[in-house]
Parts: sequence; structure tokens; C-alpha cells
Amino acid sequence: METNHQLKRADFIFKNENDWEEVLKKNISRSSNELINELISSELKGRGGAGFPTGLKWKLSAEMDSDTKYVICNADEGEPGTFKDREILSLVPFKVLTAMAICGHVVGAKEGYIYLRGEYFFLKPELNKAISEFEQYCKEINLDFTIRIFMGSGAYICGEETALFESMEGKRGEPRNKPPYPALSGYMNKPTVINNVETLAHAYTIFTYGAKRFYDLGVQYSRGTKLFSVSGDTPKPGIYELELGMSLADFVNDFGDGDSKAVQVGGASGFLVPRKRFAETTIGYQGKLVGISLPTGGSMMLFNSSRSMFNVLDNYLEFFREESCGQCTPCRVGCQQLLKGIKAVKSGEKSTQYLDKLLTLAETMQFTAKCGLGQSVANSFSSIVENFREEMIY
Amino acid sequence: MGKNIKITINGEIVEINEGTSILDAARQVGVIIPTLCYHKDLCVAGNCRVCVVEIAGQKRLSPSCATPCEEGMDIFTNSVKVRNSRKHIIELLLSEHNADCTRCYKNGKCELQKLASDFKIMSNDFIPLVPFKNYTIDMFSPSIIKDDSKCIRCQRCVRTCAELQGVNALTVAYKGDKMKITTFFEKAMNDVVCTNCGQCVIHCPTGALVERNYIEEVWAAITDKAKHVIVQTAPAVRVALGEELGFESGTRITGKMVAALKRLGFDAVMDTDFTADLTIMEEGTELLSRLKRALVDHDPGVKLPMATSCSPGWIKYIEHIYPDYLGHLSTCKSPQQMFGALAKTYYAQARNLQPDNIVSVSIMPCTAKKFEANRPEMNDSGYRDVDYVLTTRELAIMIKQAGIDFMKLDDIHFDRLMGESTGAGVIFGATGGVMEAALRTAYELVTGREVPFKDLNILPVRGMEGVREASILIENPLKEWAFLDGVELKCAVAHGLVNAKKVMDSIISGEANYHFIEIMACPGGCLGGGGQPIPTSPEIRAKRAAAIYAEDEGMPIRKSHLNPEVLKIYKDFLIKPLGEKSHLLLHTKYTIRKSF
Repeated sequence: METNHQLKRADFIFKNENDWEEVLKKNISRSSNELINELISSELKGRGGAGFPTGLKWKLSAEMDSDTKYVICNADEGEPGTFKDREILSLVPFKVLTAMAICGHVVGAKEGYIYLRGEYFFLKPELNKAISEFEQYCKEINLDFTIRIFMGSGAYICGEETALFESMEGKRGEPRNKPPYPALSGYMNKPTVINNVETLAHAYTIFTYGAKRFYDLGVQYSRGTKLFSVSGDTPKPGIYELELGMSLADFVNDFGDGDSKAVQVGGASGFLVPRKRFAETTIGYQGKLVGISLPTGGSMMLFNSSRSMFNVLDNYLEFFREESCGQCTPCRVGCQQLLKGIKAVKSGEKSTQYLDKLLTLAETMQFTAKCGLGQSVANSFSSIVENFREEMIY
Repeated sequence: MGKNIKITINGEIVEINEGTSILDAARQVGVIIPTLCYHKDLCVAGNCRVCVVEIAGQKRLSPSCATPCEEGMDIFTNSVKVRNSRKHIIELLLSEHNADCTRCYKNGKCELQKLASDFKIMSNDFIPLVPFKNYTIDMFSPSIIKDDSKCIRCQRCVRTCAELQGVNALTVAYKGDKMKITTFFEKAMNDVVCTNCGQCVIHCPTGALVERNYIEEVWAAITDKAKHVIVQTAPAVRVALGEELGFESGTRITGKMVAALKRLGFDAVMDTDFTADLTIMEEGTELLSRLKRALVDHDPGVKLPMATSCSPGWIKYIEHIYPDYLGHLSTCKSPQQMFGALAKTYYAQARNLQPDNIVSVSIMPCTAKKFEANRPEMNDSGYRDVDYVLTTRELAIMIKQAGIDFMKLDDIHFDRLMGESTGAGVIFGATGGVMEAALRTAYELVTGREVPFKDLNILPVRGMEGVREASILIENPLKEWAFLDGVELKCAVAHGLVNAKKVMDSIISGEANYHFIEIMACPGGCLGGGGQPIPTSPEIRAKRAAAIYAEDEGMPIRKSHLNPEVLKIYKDFLIKPLGEKSHLLLHTKYTIRKSF
């Protein structure tokens, strides 16, 4: 197998956790503005998948005038094919806790929460131990910041930030209307910073080594490194930290089994890239001028020629049909129609042209669904149906 | 309010208050955006997505109900993208909906049907989803029928039950394709904490929640020559029935309604207002006797404040939620049930009829009245006091079925004996009305003078504020009421059960110290009842209320104790308020119910 020079491995996230006390102490002595500027200049973007600039998120919340604010770590890692946050919380929890406390210092929040995926209940005891030790140190340095774990109950939708707030407030996990955004009105309708586990871990890196070190990694619009959860038809599944901006062809060269026909980038809510587009696709945030640039929460699923793309899509749609909160029409009914629709085409009950109607439906879902879940169903649906139309029919 | 901002809607520049929703802004300039989950009475949900619009520069469409206008927004409500998306969404809803329209009770009144018609949805490409779900219709409640196969999950009922009523009988359960609106443990509607108020019914856009109708039963009774079918009409019906028959909201059609009922074939058409006046006599006397027991006898067992008992939704609510406070309820039956008990006794005797040949029907703005008439204890006459309860809507259906050209009817007066009413009886239909009627009579009985308000209009208890308070100082009472001298009678009025809860909690905490409270389960009182014409909105209810008060002002007699038929029934039959016969026929007991 050829090795490619463009695929740059990195090792920040899982290294050097031991100096967290020093990092915390050093950074809370800095001013809020200074820290925000550091974060902004690093160009760190949210690692949950949506890619909102983290520094700006903190800034917006810091500017809000409120006695009570919250910092929430989104650890409801539910995207199919993603398993990196679990690893971060298991191996380097203090990085996340430290970044949360620094965020609290920046925005003026005294309470932090970790919203932990229901299936990650086994992480809770160790994480609680880490929190106790962390809070003990906060007391020693007179930092008023507490962290509590809030257990989710297994609904995918609760990873959507506003559904997550609803869930924490004891209500049904349904996304809210936006605006208002969390920075203005989040948990308990108070200004809230909500960051993905990995985003906080990167913030730790930035506050440890400075923005420049981070900025120098990756490419324009997509700075720094990212954890990738590699799964599927690969000889080396696992979690890898890579610089952003890599070409998918390079990725497949390194991780594929020599027979890769497609890669699903970003989990069920992401895009399927067929072999013929590997070369023109890079992994990073949008804004790239040439070719396709795909943002991702880090899920990379490889499929070889033994896989039926119909089964893959069927599986994703089953997932969405069940995990839609059911609140808005396009998502609730749309997911059912897409799933029933591809089955009907496959069985011959509907003509092959029905796929085109389904593609326009997927587009409507993208335009009109209330939250990211319903909006992103079209990503996998359209990319699979368009690229593997014959597999949908025969 | 915020400052004015400029936005563009379909190319036209509009100046609008900052923070106004796109939907409202569009309506202000005559641009209609269709909606389904949106309702003026409720918080914005933004879940049906029918009202999406395009904002220049944004790839995704925005729900106009949930998106506030921002300076410089360039909005398109009818672009290709909007039209296509909207059509898709309506098609999706139809695919999930049991679109058996011609056989639906809401046929012609369904908001989804109207949208499908407006947008001419002719294709049915999407796969019908209804056959894949094992729907059963919940017909266990005497008041409300719930058919999930027609539900479009807009959650208007859920928001209604939570925000207006604080009852939460209906809630959302499960997720994804299994998501549904259901009850606690998915029990039947008659087996959960539901007050049968029917607010969910008047807020439901489709036929998923409808009243249980008794139209055929009533037709059968009318057709049966052996039966003497009498009908009573509640105060709020006469200011709303017109809406179903082509009149503007707030049109008073009392005389036409009586004429229509005659034409339908009822043997006697009488008025619940009569028993409303009677209620004032009984309830007013009960209040004064409670005050006497408290102030003179210092009886620790006396329960104050006394609460009105006209609203069956409120009665069931307090039975479920505050079972320890049932002693505060007036023991008076509601006017409907008083009427029913007298129909088969007083009326039967006077007309020389066999009570078992009488069928007693009532026309109510209410679905809870159906439950009330079915309460086991409501048979003090020895028969079922009220046999069938029809809502305002059901009456309108019968009028249409009978081919009556309602607009052309001449006014007719109610039949005698139990058909005379006063302005005080009429205002029972509006929130605060029972209180006002009671004060008009009680104050005068105690002091010998009219209430000290201009033209008898006790304005402090009127209006649409959720909870209103008023007090009247009693000075120089008649000798027998001397113990009330200097007493400031404190009253509170609440409508909508969420407001009832506020009043009850303030009483329980000791924060409030009332003598008399009026509580109506529905927003606006009976005029906004769950059996009234659909749609409802704050504006429509305000118009109906104005009509109620206009009807009151137009009445020659406006005080219950001067109703000649009330005087006559005490002389000929009941003897005196709270007398033996009253106790037997006009008063009742309450039932402790579980709170889950």
C-alpha cells in the first residue's frame, strides 16, 4: 500500500494531560478578552460536525448580561460510526474539565454540565471521580466552578443542542425554534455555551500551546487536527488524530482495504462519497474554493465492493425514522416516506422515477426541517441514491 | 415594544415593529401565509412547517410563525422553493392522515382539508402510512372522541391542555414514526385526568378530536310521537350559533335560534337562563348562609370562599386536583342539571305529562356537559335529568340537515314556564357573569338597594384578564343582615383552568382571602366553551362577550330575583331557596377522584 505524505497524523488530544492544573491556573489569570481572542485566532471550529467558530460562540455568550450562565459539554455522542468522545472522556477527562472551567471563566458561568449519552453510563463513575478531584483543585485556587453529569436516556435527537436543553430541563427532547440561539437563551433560558467534547479538548490544546501552534496545522478554513472514528471495511479500525484538509483519496489509501467503493463521511447524517470522487474530496469545513469539502463529526465508514448500498441506505433510514423526534412534518413523515419509498422501488411497486420524487422530497426536508437531524437526512439519501441509483433499483 | 424596522415582503417594503413574527408582519400587509400548528391562543410551536417562507441569502426556509423579523430581511412567501416545499409538506401530512374526508365528522371544517383544497393536491404519490399503524378510536368518553388516524401531530391539543388548562391530559409519547399524542399510560380518555372541557376539540385542526355527538338519538326522540321532547339553550349558545350559519361572530340570534328549534320539532323550547336565574337565588342564599354561619355562629366547619359550581369542567378538575376542597364548592347543581331535574318534575306536573315520556335535551357551548348529564347522581327527578346534550355545533348540523334557512327565520320567544330570563341569566355565558349576577341579587337582598355600579354593570368582574378580583363594601344592610354591616365582600373570578389553579393555590397558601370565587373551565367562560363554533381566538371570544353584555343591556329585567317565572316557581313549587324541594332537586354532592 502506498503511503501518502499529505495524510498528516498528529498527537495532541491524548497526550500531556498531566499538566492540567498548571494550564487551568495560568489561563484563569488571563482576561476574558485575551482568551477569546486566542480562541478566535486559532480558528477552531466546532468538532461535533456543524463547525461553528468556537471563539465566536464564547464571545457571544460572554457579551450577554446575565447573572446565571452555563457551560455544557455535549457528550451525547450518538452519530452512527462515531466513538471518539468516549475515548476522550475515558483517557483525558481533565482536558475537557479544564476547558469547561476556562470557558466558565471567559463567559462568567459558575456551573458546568456534561450531558452524557445514556449508553455511556459506564463512564460515569470514573468521570465523577475526575470531577471531584477537579473541583477540589478549583477550590484550592479559589475558582468558583462546579461540574455535574447529566445522563441522557438514549435518544439520538438529544444531541441536538436545544433538544439537549429540553431534556435537561426534564422535558421531552424536542428541538426548539431558533432564534434564540443558546448563547442568548439556552439551558433554563440562560446564556449557554454548549461545546462538543472534542472541541473542548482542542481548546485545551490551544490554551496550552497557543493559537498559532493549532492554526499552523490543517489548511485554510479548516485549521487544526480532528479525531476520526474509522470503521467499516478497513484493516485498522479505530480512532486517529489527523490534520484537517486531507484528501479523501489519501485517506482511503491509508485506511482502505484495497477494494473501497465508497466512504460515508460524517455518519448517517453525512455524505457518501463514491470512489470516483475520492480524489476531488477533501475533509474539512466549507469555504474551499475548488472541489468538494466535507465537514464531519469524525465518522469515516469505509465500504468495499461486497456491500449493498441499498442496504446501507435502508439502515440509515431505519435509524432516522426511529430517531426523529417526530415533532416536525418533513422529518417525521419524510423519513417514513423515504424508507418506504426505496423499498417500494426495490420491490417494483413504484417505478424507478419515484426515486426522483424522493430526491425532491429529501431536498424539501433539507430546506424545511426544524433541526439538523431532518435537514441532514438528505445528505446521505441524495448522495447514495445519486451515486448508486442502479443498486437502488436492481 | 421595540423600534420600527424595515423589511421587504414579496418585493414590497414594509415598516414593522421589531420582533414581530414574519407571519404577523405578512398578515398586516395582506399577505396570507397558510398555517396549521399555529394558533393565536397558544405558544408558537413551529412544527408543521406549512408556513415556511424564503429569506434572501438563506438556503433553508424559515417557519414564518417562529421567525422574528430583522432589519432588512428580504422575504418571499410564494417563491418556487416555498410553493414546492409547502406542497410536499401538505402531501406528507395527507399521507399520514386518514383522509376519509367524506365520512369524517369534520368534513368541510377541517383545516388540513382546506389546505389540500387551496393547494389542489391532486396527486397521491406518497405511500399511505395509515394502514401500517394499528389505530383504534377512543370512544370511551361521553364527551370526546379521539381518532389518532386523523392526527397530524401539530400538538395544538397538547399545548391547549397544558397552557390554557394546566391539565396535561394529552401529551406526546414515543418518537419518530411512532410519535403520537396520547394520555397517561395510554389509557382511554374517560379513565384519565381529563375534565372533558373540549378545548382540545376546538383547537384541533382535523377530525382527530371531536365531540361525541348525539344527533341521531335526538332525531329519533323528536320523531317518536310518544315522546315529549323539550330543549333548553345555554346563554352562550345564542351569541355563537350564528357563526356556524353564516353570521359574523358576535351576532345575537336568540329569536332565530328559538324559531329553528321549533322547526326542528321540539315540543317545547325553553331557556337555561331561567335556571341560571334560579341558580343565583339558590347559590346567593347559600353564600349568605355560609357568611352568617362564619360571622355570627363562628362555625369552624363553614367553608369559605364558596366557589361556583356551574362549570362541569371545573367541577371535574377540582375533584381530581383538589379533592380536599370539595366543601368549598356550592352545592348547587349547574343550571343545565337544575333545568333537567325540574323538567321531569315541575314542568311535567304543570303540563300534566308523564316524566318517563319526556326527553330532555340541552344545547350547550360545552362538551363537559355531556359528561355531567351522565353523572350517576344526576337523576334526582327519578329519571335521567338531562337525556341528551348537544353542542352549539351539533345544533347547527341539525339545522342544516333539516334544511332550515336560518337567516330567513323570524324571531320567536321561548316557551313559558321555564323560558323567561333576565340579563343576569344571560351573562352566565361570559367569565365573571355568575359573579356579577350573584352580586346584583345578593347585594340588593342584603341592603335593599341596587349594587353601587352604574347601570348595574359591575365592570371590575368583566374582561378577559385570567384572574380578576373585586370587592364590595356592605353598608347599612337590612336588619336581618346587620351582621354584614361593614363587611367587605371579596371576590375573585378566573377562567381557564390554568387560572383556576392560580386562585386555588393562593387560597390554599393563605395568600388570598376571598368570600366568593367564580371559576369557569374555559377561556372567556362558556362563550369560549369546548362545544362552541370553531375557530376560536381572543378576538372571537371578545366579540361573543360583547354580544352577551349587549343582550343583558337589552333585557327589561336584569336581576335574577325579579324573574317572574323564578318568583312563580318558588310560589308554586319550591317554596323557598334552600328549601326541602330545592335540596332534593337542585343541589348535589361531589366525588373525590384520583389525581393520575
